[in-house]
Amino acid sequence: MTKRDMNRIEELFNRKSQRVLNVYFTAGYPTLNDTVGIMESLEATGADLIEIGIPFSDPIADGPTIQESNGIALDNGMTLKLLLEQLEGVRHKFGLPIILMGYINPIVQYGIEAFCQKCQEVGVDGLILPDLPMFEYLEVYKPLFEKHGLLNIFLITPQTSESRIREIDQNSNGFIYMVSSASTTGAKTGISQDQEAYFSRIKEMNLKNPTLIGFGISNKETFDKACENANGAIIGSAFIKAISQEGVIANNINEFIQSIKG
Amino acid sequence: MKVKVDERGYYGNFGGAYIPEMLYPNVEELRDNYERIMQAEDFQEEFQSLLKDFVGRPTPLYFAKRLSQKYGAKVYLKREDLCHTGAHKVNNTIGQILMAQRLGKKKIIAETGAGQHGVATATVCALMGVECIVYMGAVDMERQKPNVERMRILGAEVRAAESGSKTLKDATNEAMRHWINNPTDTHYIIGSVVGPHPYPEMVARFQSVISEEIRKQLLSHEGTEKPDYVVACVGGGSNAAGAFYHYYDDEDVQLVAVEAAGLGNDSGESAATTVLGKPGVLHGSKTLLMQTADGQVVEPYSISAGLDYPGIGPVHAHLFETGRAQFYSATDEEAMQAGIELSRLEGIIPAIETAHALAALNQMTFKAEDVVVLNLSGRGDKDLETYIKWGKY
Repeated sequence: MTKRDMNRIEELFNRKSQRVLNVYFTAGYPTLNDTVGIMESLEATGADLIEIGIPFSDPIADGPTIQESNGIALDNGMTLKLLLEQLEGVRHKFGLPIILMGYINPIVQYGIEAFCQKCQEVGVDGLILPDLPMFEYLEVYKPLFEKHGLLNIFLITPQTSESRIREIDQNSNGFIYMVSSASTTGAKTGISQDQEAYFSRIKEMNLKNPTLIGFGISNKETFDKACENANGAIIGSAFIKAISQEGVIANNINEFIQSIKG
Repeated sequence: MKVKVDERGYYGNFGGAYIPEMLYPNVEELRDNYERIMQAEDFQEEFQSLLKDFVGRPTPLYFAKRLSQKYGAKVYLKREDLCHTGAHKVNNTIGQILMAQRLGKKKIIAETGAGQHGVATATVCALMGVECIVYMGAVDMERQKPNVERMRILGAEVRAAESGSKTLKDATNEAMRHWINNPTDTHYIIGSVVGPHPYPEMVARFQSVISEEIRKQLLSHEGTEKPDYVVACVGGGSNAAGAFYHYYDDEDVQLVAVEAAGLGNDSGESAATTVLGKPGVLHGSKTLLMQTADGQVVEPYSISAGLDYPGIGPVHAHLFETGRAQFYSATDEEAMQAGIELSRLEGIIPAIETAHALAALNQMTFKAEDVVVLNLSGRGDKDLETYIKWGKY
């Protein structure tokens, strides 16, 4: 691949600072070889970036919908190695930023350096590793991420202290993933007044990174609400449900994304 | 060799706190406060008093005469089976409920495999009048029915973990998810020396009363605080951590950990993590873990629901890696036979978890003057159905 000056995620936020739509799906779900097809449909329907979940046997931050998609993906035979193979050559036909999201263990087994190198080769732009401790990121992972042009995206929650948010902002690049409420993925829907207070609190902190709100974003109403309070939003469980329905997957994706963007 | 947790929660290469941000504030609160709370005078007074009057400590260190004759060494049994609720688990739940109260937490959650930790948690919650929810794998609920009912009698709500393999690992996942969804008013009482730092060290400290007592008791029996061997079974490893704790620095005391080999370590149906595992990350810590090449956690198997866990506590991974402890494993069959043997020789029906530790005596060679302390971590009442099904007695 050609060396790029700017990461695709940074390019995106330079170009667009409102209503950024990030869509999560689990690699290998609903069927093993759906990964690239789903990516292409998302690009065609106007998603701004995509987050591909690396399935794991014990996804403790995830609610039932994503748990189930992880289990089915693993039963289908998905592995991290296979996912990275599926992404080989995808950059010839796919332009959106790609983020891989995954629990740390499969990546540790793959080998962190080999993983970073392969991510760069296939054109991955960023990583979300929710159970990677900050100090280990700084000491072990950060130099490798930088070497291979990968941005690291941290999560914050309504319970995250101000000092830690500052620390996370300092050590993040790309954007900050704002978990909308104290919950696992897909557990709650709608946005309450408490959450709005949290959103405004973060807004007033004037973080250097853009923010995307995730967890509980499931339709146009919640997407719009999130976009009033951040640079955009992340949709996961609701998208997994949409592609689990009967019918042609590309049509389901189109219909769902149109319903969100309105 | 020093076996000590560092400030980031590592025992050598193992431990740490690999948790999603949603759990960070809770775990941080515990990490920043547990040491201070545990050392406070009022905490120690209440803890010691409950251990004495509610749990029934100190538990006896019993010289097992006929078992000693059989194995040609002086074998002592540390009678944790005589603790209230029937196992060592209650030492930890007493400590953690007092911790939860001092952290201002109003509700308790726990995971359980065999149900012993669930019962011990439900017990202390009843004692303190605190709401209690216990997650238990749906498969384990089926094979440990009496303990499910014991928890319910004690007023706890038992929630079936229906995800994954529906055993201890999944019950732990569900408890962690519950904690993510209830971050401010709830304390999670983890039942073993697993989980993110500071849990492994905190649980070991609460269980360390076992080796603290052994030292004193052995001195009066044998004129020395130090046996030649301390033997304990390891699932997550809380009873072993408690029995080993005050011997870590005494290198002339051999620490022996016994894992469950299920149908045999080559059979594909085993829970012997040090034999079959590789370093990995599960439930918040880096440890030895049974997993596929792709890093997916493998379902272990053992006849004993309490040893049916794909990892071990990080301290045990460290003891294994450094050679400070020797690791043995016993199959279902060997454990069941050892359980019957203890019943016949000493009049004690052990928990099947504990029977694995007893089975290792067969694999070890002793000199006549060797002093062996075996941690009899639990009694077999809860396992009657399994003994009956096995049938060879």
